[in-house]
Amino acid sequence: MRPLDPRLMRYARSTRGFIVIAVVLGIVTAVLVIIQARLLSDVIVRVTSEGASWSDVRDSVVLIASVFAGRALIAWAAEVAAVRASSRAKQQLRSAAMEHVLALGPTGPGATDPGGTAALITRGVDALDGYYARYLPQLVLAVIVPIAVLATVLGQDILSAVIIAVTLPLIPLFMALIGMYTKSQVDRQWRTLGVLSGHFLDLVSGLPTLKAFGRAKTQVEAIRAVGDRYRSSTMGVLRVSFLSSLALELLATLSVALVAVSVGLRLAEDQIVYPVALFVLLLAPEAYLPLRLVGQHFHAAAEGLGAADRVFTILETPAPTGGDEVLPRGGVTIEAIDLSARYPGRDELALSRVTFTASPGTVTAVVGGSGGGKSTLLSAILGFISADSGSLNVRVTDTATSLDALDMQQWRQRIAWVPQRAHLPSRDLADTPTVSDAVGIREGSIADERVWEALADAGIADEIRALPGGLNSELAADGSGLSVGQLQRLSLARALITSADVVLLDEPTAALDPVTERSVVAAIGRLAEQGRTVIVVAHRPALLDVATQVIRVEQAAAPEAARSEADDLVVRESQSETATVLRVGW
Amino acid sequence: MSRVHPVRALWNAMSQQRRELGLAGVLGAVASGSAVALLGVSAWLISTAAEMPPVLTLTVAAVLVRALALSRAIFRYAERLVGHDAAFRGLTQLRVTVYERLERLAPTGLRAFGRGDLLARLVADVDAALDLPLRVVLPWLQAILVAGATVAFLAWLLPAAGVVVAVLSIVAIALVPWLIAATARAAEGRMAPARAAMTAAVVRALDATPELSAFGAGTAATARVGALDDELTRLNVRESYSLGLGGGIGTLVQGAAVVASLVIAVPAVIDGRIGPVWLAVAALLPLALFDVLATLPTSALSFQRLRGSAVRLDELNEVPEPVAAPAHPVALPDRFTGLTVTGMSAQWVAGTVALQDLHLRIEAGERVAVVGASGAGKSTLAAVLMGFLPYQGSIAYSGTQIRDVDGDNLRHHVGLLTQHAHIFDTSIADNVRIGDPAASDERVRQALDAAQLTTWIDRLPRGMDAPVGAFGLSVSGGERQRIALARLLVARRPLVILDEPTEHLDGATADALNATMMTALSDATVLLITHRLRGVERFDRIVQLDRGRLVAQGTHAELMAQGGWYAQQWTLESERQDMARLLHELPIGRAVPSP
Repeated sequence: MRPLDPRLMRYARSTRGFIVIAVVLGIVTAVLVIIQARLLSDVIVRVTSEGASWSDVRDSVVLIASVFAGRALIAWAAEVAAVRASSRAKQQLRSAAMEHVLALGPTGPGATDPGGTAALITRGVDALDGYYARYLPQLVLAVIVPIAVLATVLGQDILSAVIIAVTLPLIPLFMALIGMYTKSQVDRQWRTLGVLSGHFLDLVSGLPTLKAFGRAKTQVEAIRAVGDRYRSSTMGVLRVSFLSSLALELLATLSVALVAVSVGLRLAEDQIVYPVALFVLLLAPEAYLPLRLVGQHFHAAAEGLGAADRVFTILETPAPTGGDEVLPRGGVTIEAIDLSARYPGRDELALSRVTFTASPGTVTAVVGGSGGGKSTLLSAILGFISADSGSLNVRVTDTATSLDALDMQQWRQRIAWVPQRAHLPSRDLADTPTVSDAVGIREGSIADERVWEALADAGIADEIRALPGGLNSELAADGSGLSVGQLQRLSLARALITSADVVLLDEPTAALDPVTERSVVAAIGRLAEQGRTVIVVAHRPALLDVATQVIRVEQAAAPEAARSEADDLVVRESQSETATVLRVGW
Repeated sequence: MSRVHPVRALWNAMSQQRRELGLAGVLGAVASGSAVALLGVSAWLISTAAEMPPVLTLTVAAVLVRALALSRAIFRYAERLVGHDAAFRGLTQLRVTVYERLERLAPTGLRAFGRGDLLARLVADVDAALDLPLRVVLPWLQAILVAGATVAFLAWLLPAAGVVVAVLSIVAIALVPWLIAATARAAEGRMAPARAAMTAAVVRALDATPELSAFGAGTAATARVGALDDELTRLNVRESYSLGLGGGIGTLVQGAAVVASLVIAVPAVIDGRIGPVWLAVAALLPLALFDVLATLPTSALSFQRLRGSAVRLDELNEVPEPVAAPAHPVALPDRFTGLTVTGMSAQWVAGTVALQDLHLRIEAGERVAVVGASGAGKSTLAAVLMGFLPYQGSIAYSGTQIRDVDGDNLRHHVGLLTQHAHIFDTSIADNVRIGDPAASDERVRQALDAAQLTTWIDRLPRGMDAPVGAFGLSVSGGERQRIALARLLVARRPLVILDEPTEHLDGATADALNATMMTALSDATVLLITHRLRGVERFDRIVQLDRGRLVAQGTHAELMAQGGWYAQQWTLESERQDMARLLHELPIGRAVPSP
């Protein structure tokens, strides 16, 4: 976590105008505060030691009122500028992240941790408000304002200026020292916090299980005990962090007190004059304020910086590029020779040494145990995961092309895919897409007759016809209201409606009853008769009825995955925490 | 009964440490008060010095200035320590309260929470509640105490100034934060739909990332999210005009207080009603006081943010408890002599029917399989027998009506294994001990052995003390269910309900687990709920449900002879099994013609 992350500064560029405005407003505020101090000390001195009457100072009092009004107006404008400063940067970061997550595809964070990534892209990026809108402008002000105040004080009283000049640089120095010292402890604390909150969540998610054993009530004592232990360990860290605030606060307040006492005593000895003394007293705190605000805003921005760090981790993961070759029209033959593949960042092979040729007009059934690599084979053909060794080629004419050389967008247009668990989004990501929109996602809009035809082939036309909205019936976003089997058949209809040359089906009948299964199997057979290349992952053997060839994929003997030391540490720590969670209660 | 405000309810749930919190408030008030007094005493010091008294007169003030500088920092430190400690205690108390509530609702009442992320959000809401004491209650308490003390001093000096500053303090403490919270709330009300629309689109896009890529809709999806974000940003900028007022109003009130004090104090000095040294004090004290009160708008925004969490936590109290605890619970007899279900009906939602007029007798030691298509009422039967769902009619366990039995007592006699068994983030052994906390290592090992996990566990570096769950080893679906089975075995329940325990497992793994279960549970009375018929032929009796009614029962042979749904389904499945066996003889990694 760096105070000035160059990657974040790149996004600050787009919003520089508003940041400059925020800084200018901050400088004007500082000037107004100096004028206000001058006017206040002026009025007080003239009334008390120069015997001025109310009418003598009335104009100054009116001026003081207008200075406050001006500051109020600027405070409002600064808030508005701050929102503008952050919103454009956030927008750009968000859209870059979204685009890249989709580009990373099914092996990227969007698919492996959709919930966490969605939270990051929405709320996480919002947390950058504190960074762009407050921290960055304040950082500039923290340099300009103290120097301006110091210069003003210097013009009045040299000794006070010296006191301020000596103590002021100590504040950033202290901040840096303390920051370095507490960082590791605070980091550890955040992890404990995450682990603890995770454990409460663990207990809450496991409630049905605990309750089924009549053990749920006894966990209350465990929650209490762990909460207490967490509190004392947290307080340990907080004590250090509060102590550092104490040091900073002491430094700033004592410096101001030092200035006050020094001018007071010298005033009594007639070494300076009353107006100067009062003016310096009012100005001194203003020299320290901007620096303390930087510290505060940095803490507020820290959450956003953490999120930004994770966004940049995503942005810096290279997306698979693919080539630019485009296959000519016609039936596609897929050839795999000794093909192996692994997921990015994993040691073990997800698919190991597969050899086959799938030609147009044939059905290739893929079978094997769970985790054997059946779905991975389809991912490789879709270009979601690239070959680790061996080759995966496609050809329409006699010349074979490596899949890596293909323009992926174009290649995927040639494929229809029925995933194991379909979500059926529409192009506009509607919360409740209609049946037509979900089934016709590739085409955009599509004639009703063709939709009905595909629904009939997938064996779900009657059920859709029975719905009050027919093709315009809305599918609930989480798939509720439809059974898994119905979702699966809609997903099949979505594949059938395309004229794709290659059809990949991942356990398309897993949730179907045998009667429906038979009609779906027949539809798959018809796909091959139309000259398409069909590859189907078969969970149940009924699909073998239409298969031309069968290929069995199994996991190679997996090497014992080497755990990194860091993983082990986390495991051990969390282990010791929960062991208590569960034991104490019983 | 009048409704308690949700934030108030949240406060009640986490403010057991009132004395500690009060102390923190006073310490904080002394710290803030020191800051105000520091400026006041400094002003007095300089004004007095201007009259050039003997230096000794100033010494007291000079010492006081330094002391106030020290006390400001030190009391702030003390306030933070005491306040955070009390707040963390309150948080633990809140966790307990929320857990107890969830415990009474689980699992039936929690169905309303759908997927796990709503529960996760609830847990996050509990964490967020830490802000209530620290960022809302304590700042206000301090503001009121400091304002009170400053007003009292000014009133002693110049009653008119006291009155004016009192009125403006009330504006800064109550009116301005209220205005800001109300503005923020209204703005959020206008922005919430746009925010929700964007979040929903992002979630949908990520959930369906592979499909969007495969069907070439990725660019359309990014554009859609971008358009929704534009709309949100537009609203955000528009709302900033009203939200930005917060900072300005505070400065205006501060200015009003300073100017009003001058207007009152200047003539008073000229008239000689107060000494000249007091003018600086009267003018500068309000300046310092309203600097302290300037933090309250931030507290108002924290309050506003907390409100959402408080409302969601409060809604928990409105979810009706699914099963009322019996007023005079009866203890179940230790010996299981059979279960008799007579004319029993049950439903999840009022007005619908999940089970209707069910008659069923299960003898001790018998093995009964309940089969039927999904939606037949099979899982409803499990929920009723576990005491998770109320029923009409009669269910007698060894002659005792189960609605008269305390839920936990019932569940010490009836065990359940589902496809969703939770593996906790702890060791394998501790996961098993949930079945019986008193189980010795030896018994845990026996249970793991009976669940046929010994070979797997012996390969692990730490054996049965190896961590599993969210942060532990990743376990396969089969191993997961076997750990859950060991947990059930160690619990030694006389009646065991197996609710689709092999769902989600592939054929071979499911068969192996089924075989293990049947051997390991040979002492128990078993009720197996399944929609797959594989293996049920070995059961003493098979009961078929259809749309909440019992439509057929008998042995496998009897049901096959009847030739109904059961016979059809069974034939189809066994054909498939034969073919599955064939596949295992195929070569690996090489295509062969279809058998």
